[in-house]
Amino acid sequence: MAIKDVIVLADLLGTNKKIAADIRAELERRGILATNLLSSPGAGKTSLLEQIAVRLRDTARMAVIEGDIETERDAERIRAKGVPAWQITTGGACHLEAKMIAKVLPQVPPDVEFLFIENVGNLVCPASYELGESLRIVLLSTPEGDDKPKKYPKAFTTSDVLVLTKADLLPHVPFDVEKVKAEALELNPRLRIFVISAVTGQGVDELIAFLVGRRRELQAPHA
Amino acid sequence: MHELSIVAGLFETLLEQAATHGARKVTAVTLRMGKLSGVVPELLESAFDMYKKGTIAEEAKLWVVDVPLRIRCRACGKEAEIQSYVFLCDACASPDIEILQGTDMILERIELETDDPAAG
Repeated sequence: MAIKDVIVLADLLGTNKKIAADIRAELERRGILATNLLSSPGAGKTSLLEQIAVRLRDTARMAVIEGDIETERDAERIRAKGVPAWQITTGGACHLEAKMIAKVLPQVPPDVEFLFIENVGNLVCPASYELGESLRIVLLSTPEGDDKPKKYPKAFTTSDVLVLTKADLLPHVPFDVEKVKAEALELNPRLRIFVISAVTGQGVDELIAFLVGRRRELQAPHA
Repeated sequence: MHELSIVAGLFETLLEQAATHGARKVTAVTLRMGKLSGVVPELLESAFDMYKKGTIAEEAKLWVVDVPLRIRCRACGKEAEIQSYVFLCDACASPDIEILQGTDMILERIELETDDPAAG
């Protein structure tokens, strides 16, 4: 019998990162802007996607992958807007992983330009799993409170965009937009911040214009 | 609570390593956990203890080494540790920084028990 000490130095999320890198390379090669949406449950991810769908569906090809623990409800809401959607039910897992996306990708039509992936509602675990997205959006709704960025730092430091949702409720809830912006930018100085309402439509056009711009940047090197 | 799925991935690597080195037991596992790795060490330890039962790592001791968040400023070159999640250079206040360490979870080393004395 002998004791052997082995230096491994393996990233525990290395397998997920590798699959995500392959997905990202494939989607970017096809000119598809993949966006991963993260937030707590009920922050308005699906409502935002519905708003994007009605504005974008006539001028661009979009598709949505929905992640939930159970039910087909979110995918049905997106399909009702005339946009193809696939539901991943994790059956208990609190986040999507890249291998789940890889399974659905063969069904995504080749001419899609914008692919949105709505993660399981959870402001913690999804932040650790890349899905092959080119853009990560974290949503925070005004009723959740303006103290969240510093309490859930990873979701904010790993995102490219912060969308403050339910702006129509601002007159009714204690939520300091400027404080949230300042704290989120301390966590992540390159965050782009949008303030939207899925009820009034405020800010949605600006966000879409930003997404269209990002997709153009994606294509530029291949043009 | 994604610690269990992380531990499941860890055990795949442990079994591979044990097979490669002809080990009959894994006796210790050392992980390096970044402050911003997104994992709660206590939950990870519970998940590890739950998962190891009936495996060759049943008697393994888990060591978790905390890794602080360190950044380097691209503007002035200063390196510093981030304490309060303010991602700005503390010398020149530039937001143009790169994170050097503290975001990953790394399996650093394992201790194995083998039958072959020469392997030690």
